Amino acid sequence: MNYPFDLQVAWFLLVGVLFVGYAVLDGFDLGIGMLHLLAKGDMERRTLLNSIGPVWDGNEVWLITGGGALFAAFPEVYATVFSGFYLPFYLLLTALIFRAVAIEFRSKHESARWRTNWDVSFAVASLVIALLAGVALGNMIVGIPLDKDFEYTGGFFNLLNPYSLLVGITTVSLFAMHGSIYAVLKTEGELQEKAKRWISSTTVFFGVCYLVTTLATLVFVPNMLNNMKAAPVFMLVPVVNLLAIIGIFYTTRTGQEMQAFILSCLNIACLLALFGIGLFPNLVTNSVAGLPSVTIRNSSSTEASLTTMFTIALLGMPFVLAYTSAIYWVFRGKVNTKHLHY
Amino acid sequence: MDVESLARIQFGLTAAFHFIYPPISIGLGLILVFMEGMYLKTKNPVYHQMTRFWVKIFALVFAVGVATGIVLEFEFGTNWASYSRYVGDIFGSALAAEGVFAFFLESGFLAILVFGWNRVSPGVHFLSTILVAFGSFFSAIWIIVANSFMQTPAGFKLVENANGRVRAEIVDFWGLVFNPSTIQRLSHTVVGAWATGAFFVISVSAYYLLKNKHVDFAKASLKVALPVALISSLIQPLLGHFHIVQVAETQPAKLAAFEGHYNSNEPMPLYLIGWTNQETQQTKGIGIPGMASFLLSGDFKKPVTGLDKFERSVQPPAAFVFQSYHLMIAVGMLMILVALVAVWLYRTGKLQDKPLILKALVLSVVLPHICNQAGWFSAELGRQPWIVYPVYNKDLSIAMPGLLTADGLSKAVNSSQVLASLVLFAAVYVMLFILFIYLLDQKIRLGPTDEDMPSKRI
Repeated sequence: MNYPFDLQVAWFLLVGVLFVGYAVLDGFDLGIGMLHLLAKGDMERRTLLNSIGPVWDGNEVWLITGGGALFAAFPEVYATVFSGFYLPFYLLLTALIFRAVAIEFRSKHESARWRTNWDVSFAVASLVIALLAGVALGNMIVGIPLDKDFEYTGGFFNLLNPYSLLVGITTVSLFAMHGSIYAVLKTEGELQEKAKRWISSTTVFFGVCYLVTTLATLVFVPNMLNNMKAAPVFMLVPVVNLLAIIGIFYTTRTGQEMQAFILSCLNIACLLALFGIGLFPNLVTNSVAGLPSVTIRNSSSTEASLTTMFTIALLGMPFVLAYTSAIYWVFRGKVNTKHLHY
Repeated sequence: MDVESLARIQFGLTAAFHFIYPPISIGLGLILVFMEGMYLKTKNPVYHQMTRFWVKIFALVFAVGVATGIVLEFEFGTNWASYSRYVGDIFGSALAAEGVFAFFLESGFLAILVFGWNRVSPGVHFLSTILVAFGSFFSAIWIIVANSFMQTPAGFKLVENANGRVRAEIVDFWGLVFNPSTIQRLSHTVVGAWATGAFFVISVSAYYLLKNKHVDFAKASLKVALPVALISSLIQPLLGHFHIVQVAETQPAKLAAFEGHYNSNEPMPLYLIGWTNQETQQTKGIGIPGMASFLLSGDFKKPVTGLDKFERSVQPPAAFVFQSYHLMIAVGMLMILVALVAVWLYRTGKLQDKPLILKALVLSVVLPHICNQAGWFSAELGRQPWIVYPVYNKDLSIAMPGLLTADGLSKAVNSSQVLASLVLFAAVYVMLFILFIYLLDQKIRLGPTDEDMPSKRI
């Protein structure tokens, strides 16, 4: 079978869709994690955990599948980034393990100390995951030193440059805001009032980060605008993005939480789309002058492999979307505090 | 230590630790389908209680399985970047297919299994149980396709890029999926997983009978788990045989290492116990002369390719592989014995009066795990020093070159980085294992409760 379009571009989009799926879905449960310690008392914390209980695991699968798709479609990127960001990735993995374990184990033992320890693990791990994911994205934008075989030649501290750290902090603020909106949707009473106050601070926190990152990008990595200059239609994305952010500010202050949540999802999708538009056709920028960056052209699997994989995605993803929606539908509504699993 | 040793220890540790959990999920997933199916058919509340209790255990096992599995997926990139570049065109598709077809299914419907008791109808809940069981099985399919490619690569060609780097490129997807060892290894692994799940349920049930607690619950659980344990441990040697015939054809050095066979002019004996010395290239032990030759070819006298046909630099570590392979077989035989005795005593109603047997059954939970681990160590160390095995012609000339494990490492990573991550993960995994055992123990001690009974449904 042959597809009548550019498969490397199609896979660039598809991997993008998987990572948008991950950010939109796991984003809110990472946000819940960061806010977790602000909830006081066992009941409030358990309510928050139960709001994400049935879905967080499935949300994380978007990351696993995204990672698998990256490996399948652009193995050179997978190999370059994972071996290059070696220690940060191990920290990320450790955080993912601690977070999973904290959610599962926290409420399984009646001891205040046990629970507090896991509460802290859950919160810190959630924060670290968001931060490191953002730092990785930031580094893909500013570029990392690679040799001609795409082997990383820098050290650990190359990765902790100011711009990447800024993207990391912005990611933290983004998910904190997303999580606080989700918390308002899923809770009621006193906890919901509290979550509304979280929204006030997280939206401002995100708004500031967004402005600073946008300015920093314009000043320090202006080549992120090249594609938009070449094809001005892409200017729509930052415009929609800005409208979504204004919409979030408006709807969260008028109490239209569902609309706010949808706008927040749109905001995340726009930000990742901006990242993709800015990078394209690069995937990892090479900071060494004269050596090639890792692009969708020089890093991809073969036409044959991309074709097979596209068929697999075409067969599988509609089902995934259908039953994921069905499962979210089954667990719609406020958290039932009478049946707390966690 | 050098990067290769550290990276191999790390992969071995993380893979072995991960592989404690998925076999339980696969086996328990199947048993849950039987339990819930029995409930829907008979409406006997004890089956409902069983399903709810074992679902909780399943969720705990699954959570640790996922947490440790993510590490493996990323480890190919962190420690084995050159390998990833080499096989990405092939290996990546199997991993991605696992995500699309298995993980979404498993994690999505597990939510219904655990949280959906009051939210969906019994039929939909049962359907979710079936889909979770299928999900864990699909996951096994794709990961074994990927691993079998490393053992018996097929459906690919080797292509050199402008920088002189070689990579494997796919030419035949179905050739990759049904490579010469996929079916043999998949069936052997999955049936091993069924046994793992079954012995797990048997162990916990035997514990309750021993303590004279939850007796009806324990008996009903045994009724479901015992046949699974018996059937899977009985067919396992047969599946192992089909597998070994394939190993003899495609990976002759691996087979020779399993049996410590160094002399290509002689028939291959079947050792019961023995000791392989890689220095002197000899194996001493007690065995049946020519028996392995007979099992492979029907002829006691037929010579079998030995390790003497291979340079020492490409011989697998036969001393270790011989022992782990024979350990797997010995423990597998013990599992058959245990299952037979347990089924017989259960059928004659005498099981409850045999505390010693019950104690043995409680301990039997480790048997399939020993087999799983020993089997995998045999398979993976028997593959060394190759990370992707060469394809041999009948005369042992090489039809398609392999990739040495040493050439699969990440060039950008040094030994101190690998050591640091190894120490970190060893510590995290020890903690994780202690927590897992602690919580499992707690859940088992608490046992099934009234909340698990159907009358409590709202």
